[in-house]
Amino acid sequence: MSVFAHLQHAFPDVEFETVLDSQQDVAHVHRDQYLDFVAAAKADGFDVFADLCGVDYLRRDPRFEVVLGLLSHEHVRRLRIRVGVPAGDPQIPSITGVFPGANFYEREAYDLYGIVFSGHPDLTRIVLPDEWDGHPLRKDYSVGSVPVRFKESPKAQ
Amino acid sequence: MSDTPNVVTGDLEAPTTEPPPEQGTATSSTADERREMHDVWVAGSEEPAWMRSYTDEGAQEILAAEDEASIELTRGTVVEDDFVYDDPADDDELQILNMGPQHPSTHGVLRLHLELDGETIRRVKPIIGYLHTGMEKTAETLTYMQGSTNVTRMDYLSPMHMELAFSLAVESLLGVEIPERGQAIRVLLTELNRVSSHLVWAATQGTDLGAVSMLIFGLRDREYILQFFEKVTGLRMNHNFIRPGGVAADLPDGWEDDIEQILVKVPQGVSEYEELFNGNPIFRDRTMGVGVITPEECKALGVSGPIARASGIKWDIRKAFPYSGIEKYDFDIPVGKHGDVWDRYLVRMEEIKQSLRIVKQVMETMPSGDYRTLDRKVTPPPRKRIDESMEALIHHFKLFTSGYKVPAGETYTAIESPRGELGMYIVSDGREKPWRMHARTPSFNHVQALPTMMTDSLVADIVATIASCDPVLGDVDR
Repeated sequence: MSVFAHLQHAFPDVEFETVLDSQQDVAHVHRDQYLDFVAAAKADGFDVFADLCGVDYLRRDPRFEVVLGLLSHEHVRRLRIRVGVPAGDPQIPSITGVFPGANFYEREAYDLYGIVFSGHPDLTRIVLPDEWDGHPLRKDYSVGSVPVRFKESPKAQ
Repeated sequence: MSDTPNVVTGDLEAPTTEPPPEQGTATSSTADERREMHDVWVAGSEEPAWMRSYTDEGAQEILAAEDEASIELTRGTVVEDDFVYDDPADDDELQILNMGPQHPSTHGVLRLHLELDGETIRRVKPIIGYLHTGMEKTAETLTYMQGSTNVTRMDYLSPMHMELAFSLAVESLLGVEIPERGQAIRVLLTELNRVSSHLVWAATQGTDLGAVSMLIFGLRDREYILQFFEKVTGLRMNHNFIRPGGVAADLPDGWEDDIEQILVKVPQGVSEYEELFNGNPIFRDRTMGVGVITPEECKALGVSGPIARASGIKWDIRKAFPYSGIEKYDFDIPVGKHGDVWDRYLVRMEEIKQSLRIVKQVMETMPSGDYRTLDRKVTPPPRKRIDESMEALIHHFKLFTSGYKVPAGETYTAIESPRGELGMYIVSDGREKPWRMHARTPSFNHVQALPTMMTDSLVADIVATIASCDPVLGDVDR
């Protein structure tokens, strides 16, 4: 954890853990510190944007989570940042100012989970049509089914 | 012209952020001269002599329009999203052009919203989602057993890598060890898949730049690999062969003969492509200095794989975080210098050769033993055992009806796909189906980086840049 010593010192509230194997380091960051933490991590060598996605934990509080993956070519380490987002106020600062690569990923998380990234330059739906209703990757959004009617089927008449 | 002057190869034991070493510039070809001119042009110090003699007036106007801020942007010291920029030009003068989603050189259903100032692109906005099929939602309704059939359809040009990324993620949660033979088969198939994917890229890159016969050459050579895949897995694409726990079946008898044929035919084809492209003035003119992206921009935009390596980033996940025992094989990572379309061409050509080198080593050192783990909670028992053992029958029945349970937890596993970093983020709640499966696909980042590569270049460079990014729209939209 020596790579993170500086970050741990600067952010004493942030909880660090290592899961599964030594390559997966996770930092649990509060929403208020998120932007500062990401900027500090970038300055500490984690300067490659890898991944950002939302997760819906439905019955947990906070319900949503934004998971950001950063990579350091210098330390040959990955850092995963998990930030809880409450369902009542699904807002989180956008990190497009720090990592422009987060642009599409934040739009995707907004599109599929309805998490609002404040300060995002162009927060619109990305993979779904603009007029789509709801946010499909939420756990309370049903998969649903569309009845298919075949011409030859006797039921179709 | 079989040498690759702008690409250095070397072992990548300790990746650093230093710029690549100045090696391999032994030739004093016109390419290098042209490059120096290009560098001068980017720096904007003064108008070089060649511009007066070789370019039209429109290009010189663009040069004059370069201000300090845009030069800083071009050189990568300021990393910004280009398409959200306020443009200094009057909007009335910009022509809006829509390219795609049915344009043949967008490699699928990518749509580009272009704002043109004459022949110059001022703003680009990629619009995606035309191939979105909700695979991440589907994954939550499928068991881990069925999951690999779902992910293999994301990146349809490198299905083996999608399956491997998914399998490695599930295995890291399960904590199962894969026997050596299973790992070697995985390396063999993924490296062959890298070659076949790069051959499709070579075919489409050639076609997009006017070398129409390249499409036939590339697909012809890819056919040898697809026939091998068909022999091994039963399918040419979407194999569902690499599964959590190992691979679906052992290699068929006589597989070495097919590999030997591939190792003869594909390098022959590659040397033909090099003959076609390396000295071709049209190809060189249309690729050198086009679609440039700097290492800083690559990092900030999450651009990975051959595009990042062409910009000079010495980074390959196979070397940095080895998986499936790939560290046992000897191979080099090609690294470019200029980050333009030409360097990406050189890097990918070299990657084909290096992958074939790995394939040769795997063939020579293929270990014997099991091709999948013997953990009966994960892999189904052999057919024979079902007739003799009640236990085996129960395992078989449980595996194919309800699947296996995966311990609660979350994992992110990344591999080096032909396009770049392919990550799989899986959250398990301890049941048979993933609570959340997110695929971090490289093409998504590369489509996002298109504005950075294209802004202030000419309309004709669009197809060259898209082709060099090698986006697979199934990979982008998922």
